[in-house]
Amino acid sequence: MKEILIDPITRLEGHGNISIFLNEQGEVENVYLKIPELRGFEQFCVGRRAELMPLLTTRICGVCPVAHHFASVKALDAAFNVEPPSAAKKLRELMYAAYFIYDHTLHFYYLGGPDFVVGPDAPPEKRNILGVIEKAGLDIGKEVIKHRAYGQKMTEFIGGKATHPVCGLPGGVSKPLSEENRAEIGRMAESSVKFAQFSLKLFHDIVLGNTKYVDLIKSQSYTLKTNYMGLVDENNKVNFYDGKVRVVDQNAKEILKFEPKEYLNHVAEHVEPWSYAKMPYLKKVGWKGLVDGADSGIYRVGPLGRLNTADGMATPLAQAEYELMYKTLGGKPVHNTLAFHWARLIELQYAAERALELAKDPEITSKDVRAKPGEPGEGVGIVEAARGTLIHHYVLDKDALMKDVNLIVATTNNYPAICMSVRDAAKGLIHGDKVDQGVLNMVEMAFRAYDPCFGCATHYAVGQMPLIIKIYDSERKLLKTVSR
Amino acid sequence: MNKEKLKIAFYWAASCGGCEIAVLDLNEKILDVIQLADIVFWPVAMDIKYKDVEAMPDKYIDICFFNGSIRNSEQEHMAKLLRQKAKVLVAFGSCAHEGCIPGLANLHNRKEIFATVYLKSTSVSNQNGVVPQPETTVKEGTLRIPEFYDTVKTLGQTVDVDYYLPGCPPPVKLIANAVDAIANNALPPKGSVLAPLKSVCDECPRKKENKKISKIYRVYEKTPEPERCLLEQGILCMGPATRSGCGAQCLTVDMPCTGCGGPCPNAPEQGAAMISALASILGLEEEKDKYSNEDVEQLLSQIKDPVGTFYMYSLPSSILGRKVMK
Repeated sequence: MKEILIDPITRLEGHGNISIFLNEQGEVENVYLKIPELRGFEQFCVGRRAELMPLLTTRICGVCPVAHHFASVKALDAAFNVEPPSAAKKLRELMYAAYFIYDHTLHFYYLGGPDFVVGPDAPPEKRNILGVIEKAGLDIGKEVIKHRAYGQKMTEFIGGKATHPVCGLPGGVSKPLSEENRAEIGRMAESSVKFAQFSLKLFHDIVLGNTKYVDLIKSQSYTLKTNYMGLVDENNKVNFYDGKVRVVDQNAKEILKFEPKEYLNHVAEHVEPWSYAKMPYLKKVGWKGLVDGADSGIYRVGPLGRLNTADGMATPLAQAEYELMYKTLGGKPVHNTLAFHWARLIELQYAAERALELAKDPEITSKDVRAKPGEPGEGVGIVEAARGTLIHHYVLDKDALMKDVNLIVATTNNYPAICMSVRDAAKGLIHGDKVDQGVLNMVEMAFRAYDPCFGCATHYAVGQMPLIIKIYDSERKLLKTVSR
Repeated sequence: MNKEKLKIAFYWAASCGGCEIAVLDLNEKILDVIQLADIVFWPVAMDIKYKDVEAMPDKYIDICFFNGSIRNSEQEHMAKLLRQKAKVLVAFGSCAHEGCIPGLANLHNRKEIFATVYLKSTSVSNQNGVVPQPETTVKEGTLRIPEFYDTVKTLGQTVDVDYYLPGCPPPVKLIANAVDAIANNALPPKGSVLAPLKSVCDECPRKKENKKISKIYRVYEKTPEPERCLLEQGILCMGPATRSGCGAQCLTVDMPCTGCGGPCPNAPEQGAAMISALASILGLEEEKDKYSNEDVEQLLSQIKDPVGTFYMYSLPSSILGRKVMK
C-alpha cells in the first residue's frame, strides 16, 4: 500500500499530520489526520486556586482566550452557586461579541478566505492576506486590519488585556465599564456592523457570483451528513455566550436539548492511539467509527453547526442573511462543509449587531457587577467559542482548590468530522500518484473550512500551511515529493 | 542608505498562539518590520519549508524569534536546528523564557498526565485503556506522532539563547522597542531581558501607603478600593516580584498581577522574591518578636497552593524546576 504523508514542515504542536493510504489501484483506501499535541491542562490545573482557572485556561489558546476565560468563569459561577448581576452578564456578553468580531475577521481574511477571494488554484504565494489585499485593494486591507484591532481593543477595555484577559470572577466581572469606554466601544461596534455588511457583500460578489465556487461548495467531496450542536437562547436563536445546548440530527430535527450541567449524559469521548486528540460522539448513538449518515453519533460544531442547530439569528441583518443562505443552498440543514465560511460571516454580522445593542444598553455602565460567591462545589460552564461548543467542568474542594477538571474544546468536538472531511476530499480528488498543488490545496480546504485550532497555534496564519507530500510505494520507496 | 535587509524568522513550539497574535497586534507597525526585514521563515504564514531551513547555511538567519516551550521531541529538534541557523536567537514570550503556565505540568509526569487525560477523564469511554503512542500500526501502515516528554523545558534550557522578551504575551510596546533596537543596531549585551529594569509596582498608578496586612483575601472575596494598592488591601499581587513593561495592565481592571513578566532584574527567583515581599507586608520582617511561630504559620497558611501561585509562570526555569517523581 502506498502512503501519502501530508506533513506541515514543523510537525509539532499546533499542526495536524495527514497520512493518506492508496491501495494497489491507486485509489484512496484510508486517511488519518493525526494531532501531535498535548499539554495536559486537565492534569496540572488540579491543585490550583479555583479563581485562577480563567487565567490558566486562557493559555490553552491565545487566539480564542476569551472563550476559555468565560467558559471557565461560567463553570465557577456554577461551582460557587452564584448568579452574576445582570450588568455583569451583559458586560461579559459584550466582550464576547467583540472577541467574535476579531476572531471571525481573522479567519475569513487571513486564513479561509484567500482560497475563495484569490482562488483555490491561484499560485500558492498569492493565496494569503497579501493576495487578498492585492485583489480587493489596499483600502480594504486597511479596513481589515482596523476592525481586527477594534475587536481586540473592545475586549481590552473590559478584560484588561485582549490576549489573556483577566476580568472574569465567579459572580461577575472585576470592574464596571466607564462611560468613556462605553462610548468608544459603541463607535467601534457601529463601524463593525458596516464592516460585516461589506464582508458579506464581498463574499456574494466573489464567491456566490462565481458558479465554479458554488459548484465546489455543493460538491459531494465537501459534503458530510452529520448531527449538529450549538447553544441556543430561549427562542432557539444562536447565542454565543449562554443558553441551552441543542442537538439536531442529519435532517435538522431536534434530538437533544440540555442544560450545560447535563453534558455527561449526552457526550462521550473515544481515544485512538495514533493521535493526542480525543473523539467526541453522542452517547445515545454510541461510537460507530468515522462514519456519517443516519446511524452516526458524530456531530459538528462551529458556525455552520450553530446555524443548522438554531432556528435563526437574534439580530435583523444577520437573520436576513441566514434566510438567504438556506434559500440559496436548498434549506436546512446545510451539510456542505465549505458553507462554514458563509455561516462565519453571518455570525460576524450578528456579533457586530449584538455588540452595538449592548453598547447602547443603559445598564451596561451599571456599577453592580459583582455578586458574592457561595460555598465551593462542582460546576459546568459552556460557551460557543468561535470554532464551536466549549465545555469546562470543574470540581472544587472545600478550600476552593481544583480537585477535578474536564475540558472538551471546540475543535475536539469537530475532530471526528474533520477527519472524515479530509478523507472524503482525498478520496474524491486523489487518484493515483498524480498529486499536484491544486489537489493539495483542495484537500486542505476540507479542514480549513472548520478554522481548526489544532493545539491552538495553527489557526493564526497569514496564508496556508506549507506542505510536503511524500508518495511511497508499497516497499516504502519514495516515488515522488510534492511540496510548496 | 542602501543596507541589505535583515533576515528574520518566527517560530513557535509548545505555545498557545498568543505570541503570534501579539506580533499581529503591532497593527500598522508590522509594515515597518517588513520594510526593515525579509521574513525568511514563518511556518503557516509563509511558504518556506522545513527542508529549506535545513538547507540554509549556518547563521543565515539574522534574528529568530522563538516562542513556546520544549514539550516534545519535534520541538527539541527545531530549537536545535534554528539555533544553528540563526545569528541571534530570541526567546519570545513567557513559555520560551520561563516555561509559563503549561510549565506547571512539571508537577506531574507523562504517565500521570496520560492517565488523567485518556483514562480517568469523566467524559472518556476507554475500556481498553488506549493511550497515544509514538508509533501505531494500523492495517494500512504505520502512523507516527512526536514523543511527549516528562518535563517541560525552556528554550534556554535546550539551546543557547541571546535575548529574552518576557510576558504572556510580550507587551506590544516591548516588541516594538525590540524591533527598533534591531533596526538601529542598538541591542544590549547578550543575555539581556528586553524589558525595563523595573518592577510592575514601579509602573502601577495605585497608591501605596506602606500599610501592613494581617489577612490575605482571594480575588473573589473582596471588592478592592479602586485607587489603592491591592497588596495593601490584602489581595495577593505579584507586582513587587515581577518585571515591568506591561504598564500594569491587569491592575487597570482592578485585578492583581499574577507574574507573567517573570522575575525582576536583581531577584532571579521570582517565587522567593514574592515570598520575601509578602513577609515584609505581613509585618513578619520588622516585627519578628511580636509573632510566635504559630502566628507565622497561620498567616502563611492562608496562601493556598504556594507553588502554583508564586511559580505560576516560572516553574521550569526556577530552582524548583519540577516535582521529583517517585
